[in-house]
Amino acid sequence: MPLEIIEKIEVKRLRIINERGEADPELITAVSDEEIIRCFEAMILARTFNQRALSLQREGRIGTYASILGQEASQVGSALAFSDDDWLFPSFRESGVLIARGYPMWMLDRYWAGDERGMKCPENLNIFPMSVPVGTHVPHAMGAAWAMKLKGHRKAAGVYFGDGGSSKGDFHEGLNFAGVFKAPVVFLCQNNQWAISVPRSSQTAAKTIAQKAYAHGFDGVQVDGNDVAAVYKATKDALEKARNGGGPTLIECFTYRLDDHTTSDDASRYRSKEEVEAWRAKEPLLRLRLYLEKKGRWTKGYEEGVAKKAEESVDSEIKKAEAFPPPDPADLIRYTYAELTLRQKKEMKESGWGS
Amino acid sequence: MGKLNIVGAINSALSEEMERDSDVIIIGEDVGRDGGVFRVTEGLLERFGPDRVIDTPLSELGIIGAAVGLAAYGMKPVAEIQFMGFLYAGLEQIFSHAARIRSRSRGRFSVPMVIRTPYGIGIKPPELHSESSEALFCHMPGIKVVVPSTPYNAKGLLKSAIRDPDTVLFMEPSRLYRSIKADVPDKDYTVPLGRASVLQEGRGLTVVSWGTMLHKAAEAAEGFDAEIIDLMTLKPFDEEAILTSVKKTGRLVIVHEAPRIAGFGAEVAALVAEEAIEYLKAPILRVAGLEAVVPMARLEDFYMPSLERIRKAYEKVMRY
Repeated sequence: MPLEIIEKIEVKRLRIINERGEADPELITAVSDEEIIRCFEAMILARTFNQRALSLQREGRIGTYASILGQEASQVGSALAFSDDDWLFPSFRESGVLIARGYPMWMLDRYWAGDERGMKCPENLNIFPMSVPVGTHVPHAMGAAWAMKLKGHRKAAGVYFGDGGSSKGDFHEGLNFAGVFKAPVVFLCQNNQWAISVPRSSQTAAKTIAQKAYAHGFDGVQVDGNDVAAVYKATKDALEKARNGGGPTLIECFTYRLDDHTTSDDASRYRSKEEVEAWRAKEPLLRLRLYLEKKGRWTKGYEEGVAKKAEESVDSEIKKAEAFPPPDPADLIRYTYAELTLRQKKEMKESGWGS
Repeated sequence: MGKLNIVGAINSALSEEMERDSDVIIIGEDVGRDGGVFRVTEGLLERFGPDRVIDTPLSELGIIGAAVGLAAYGMKPVAEIQFMGFLYAGLEQIFSHAARIRSRSRGRFSVPMVIRTPYGIGIKPPELHSESSEALFCHMPGIKVVVPSTPYNAKGLLKSAIRDPDTVLFMEPSRLYRSIKADVPDKDYTVPLGRASVLQEGRGLTVVSWGTMLHKAAEAAEGFDAEIIDLMTLKPFDEEAILTSVKKTGRLVIVHEAPRIAGFGAEVAALVAEEAIEYLKAPILRVAGLEAVVPMARLEDFYMPSLERIRKAYEKVMRY
């Protein structure tokens, strides 16, 4: 008997605006100029915060920080596709996602300065605290999405992780559950090509990360992660599918981490300057300027205005952050359980905290 | 009031809590049609339907990780892990997430879920079906650890665990599942977490134990004037009950199935050494599992504290 083909998988890549700022005439109709401009301005704000955070770290005003430079389109484009009712589960390299969703920048600053209060998400948003252990929060997003489905809420969850995270069992177990239970969740892989010093090619022998979705019974797509229009559209489509009962989607944002892994890393130890420079020439803001200019929506003056506003906004947020009173030491005990145990009360008393 | 074994008592607690609160769901491997490998969830699928009693893929990390998200969003998942040794696959989800999310988010999010798992030697199974690893979980701030010992407290403690706002590990003594039948009220009642119960009053020595071993510790106490404390909740544990008793008896023996080194008995002993040493007439003794991998059936009786080992410890402290 001849071998039969019982499953055919095609992995697609979406790109709408290329590096020269030229848009696919058909695909671009899915994204309005206003949406692109909203993305562009949020990307400038995210980058402004990011660059400030790097200098604050050098000045010793915050601790270790994980830069998003180069990933602004992947982060902002996807984040803006969600609504405030949705739940997001970020990794530790997600400043752009949080800022795009309106997470207070002064709180982000405090978090990176070592103050857990920075991860106490404001009530109007549903953003889980950043997950430090890589990829382990993938099942949480699945669980929240599952709960939405069980409760009949028409919402979705989104989870951000990297190419390194896709090697974890947590990633696969989360995706597998999501496929089985058709949970309304969007898995957003920020494939920035490097997991500290290990390149994407050493994480998996698979050609793409997107294709891993098919093994779990749902669609995956690779998008040009430096094309904000593509990231935005892919996420919108995945969300619409999720909200209409179509289940999960894996989106692989193919992008690049232009900076070191964190401020404690030195990427020159493991990757060439040429590689970084080649990617720098493809960074996401460049093509967006060209695109908007062609549409008559960009001038140098316009961008200077946006950048000035972003600087002012970051200035005032950092000012607010640094004026924030230091945490109460009792906080370190207070949130362990819903109520203090007798032992904790004793420890508080012995430490002279609380009353 | 009806006579139930521990399996029946837990089933009754689950059923009543699911009736009371529509957010309570059961997830796990074989918990649905099969009623769980120990039949603890038998009949619940038929009664509450497939949206509330849910068979999951064979994936302990996935079960616990998904339960974190379910709970954070507002469901009340009761996750069954078939055997305590299989829980190890989900440890990072418990230690690094469930236990920390309230603190990490400074109270904005929390993970009110229950993880039920049978523990301990008792059913002559293959490897890793007989673990007794409570101390691992007691060491980690942010989770609660409960070990019932009778049908009555199994039902009442599980109901408290399900209503608790934090993550609770509920360790079910597999050896006792069907071996004790006792009166269990049909009506709603709870047994509070964090409080021990005095199984038997006495003046000669204090015996602290929990779960399966409690019954052996009590049996071995015949002929001794022992005050027997069933700890029931190991985290947070009832320090006051232990101290009150030791101050009365002046002697303490702790009996547990888990290995001695860094076992929970060490914590109980340290508490008494720190806070009541002046009342002690004899050294504190622990009767515990051995410094060895939990064996399979042929050697398990050599591993577990025997009546003889327990009695020897009682006799030794009584010589002072």
